[in-house]
Amino acid sequence: MAMGVLTFLLAAVGTLVLGLLLRWVDRKVTARVQWRVGPPWYQPFVDILKLTGKEKLMPASARGTGFLLAPVVGLAAVSVSTAILWHAVLWPQTAFMGDLIVLIYLLMLPALMTMLGAASSGNPHAAIGASREMKLLLSYELPMVLAILVAIVRTAGTNGTLTFRLGDLMAVQQATAPAVAGISGVLALLVAILCMQAKLGQVPFDMAEAECEIQAGVYVEYSGPSLAMILMTRAMLGALMPLLLVAVFWDGLYTGAWWGYLTFAGKYLLLVVLVTLIRNTNPRLRIDQVMRFFWYRLTPVAVAALILAIVGAAKGITWL
Amino acid sequence: MAVKTWALRKSLWVYHANTGACNNCDIEVLELLTPRYDIERFGMVLVGSPRHADVLAVTGVCTRQAMPRLQELYLQTAKPCVVLAIGSCALDQGIFTEAYHMGAKVDETIRAVDPNAIIMYVPGCPPKPEAMIGAAVKAIELLKTL
Repeated sequence: MAMGVLTFLLAAVGTLVLGLLLRWVDRKVTARVQWRVGPPWYQPFVDILKLTGKEKLMPASARGTGFLLAPVVGLAAVSVSTAILWHAVLWPQTAFMGDLIVLIYLLMLPALMTMLGAASSGNPHAAIGASREMKLLLSYELPMVLAILVAIVRTAGTNGTLTFRLGDLMAVQQATAPAVAGISGVLALLVAILCMQAKLGQVPFDMAEAECEIQAGVYVEYSGPSLAMILMTRAMLGALMPLLLVAVFWDGLYTGAWWGYLTFAGKYLLLVVLVTLIRNTNPRLRIDQVMRFFWYRLTPVAVAALILAIVGAAKGITWL
Repeated sequence: MAVKTWALRKSLWVYHANTGACNNCDIEVLELLTPRYDIERFGMVLVGSPRHADVLAVTGVCTRQAMPRLQELYLQTAKPCVVLAIGSCALDQGIFTEAYHMGAKVDETIRAVDPNAIIMYVPGCPPKPEAMIGAAVKAIELLKTL
């Protein structure tokens, strides 16, 4: 029990620090792309610290309970998923059955809470943002789950049993080959990267908080500590999603040798910087373009990858 | 308390409000984000919502139409919030003084709703980005005394 609480606290605080550092990486890389100098490394920490000291405002037309509770529940959900994910990555054998499914559900909660908070704020900009957030969630969730299914099919045991345990997923990949090593794996990872971009609410999928169009949309009425909680949730999500992708598609963290940690850091940072680079080289899309992109382009790609993976698994062709 | 003011000084988020400017000051404000001046070095960023702002950068003469909206904007910001009156117009309405469509001056407009508001003035038509950075530095110095 005490051990569990300790793991939870360590994972949550560690991911928060890591996530805020990655926020700085994002801002610094953005600045370098734009030929600027960029903020100092402690900037995201200072932002959070400042926001906790600011006044907390609530609009008169807001529903107080939903408005103030939503950021707390979002932060709690993402903290729990940090504990599950880090535990599964560091001690694969102790993970519980179906933790991948629990993770997918938990990682959906911050988006749901954003919608709840925006809808209870009583602001028309936030209402538009909430509706966009909902459509975005409906768009990326299906290809995301399909892409993860590809990895599950590709890592099925020799007797064809599918596993929904992250620990088994990584153990099989480390014993044989990563799920990404193959046509279906590459397709699935590409789909998953774009879904991650949408889940993190980064450009070109940031229409829910389009700051020059609907004034920070879903977050327009948040200030002070509530806004700090939202920023922390987003920073932690930004640290978690690349980790999930590395664990599911790219054989996770190999703890058997020193170079395991090094390659893990390389894969992880590559995905993190990729998010920033996509964000810096694309304009914001409209919500109807996004839905069309995810449903009519990425979902068929993910389905094709899934079929390839199933055929490959049935015929024993590892490169398919 | 000292930690809070230190954090505030290191991370000023700016909301830009145009109250009837000719767009010249606005262009100069945006210049602060460009590689030559890069105000993000000091942790300052432009934000989309007044609720997130620590600095209200006001440009323009403050017309009768804009006056109640500027007051509403100021009330919507989370305190402490510094007001930066940018350009000759925002200082004393420039060449438009006593025209038929003028509201009160920017500082009077804001003092009408909050007598203790912190207001910094940046003269110029338009002020150079260096002058705005100078005002930001003075604001940071002032926040030390809070």
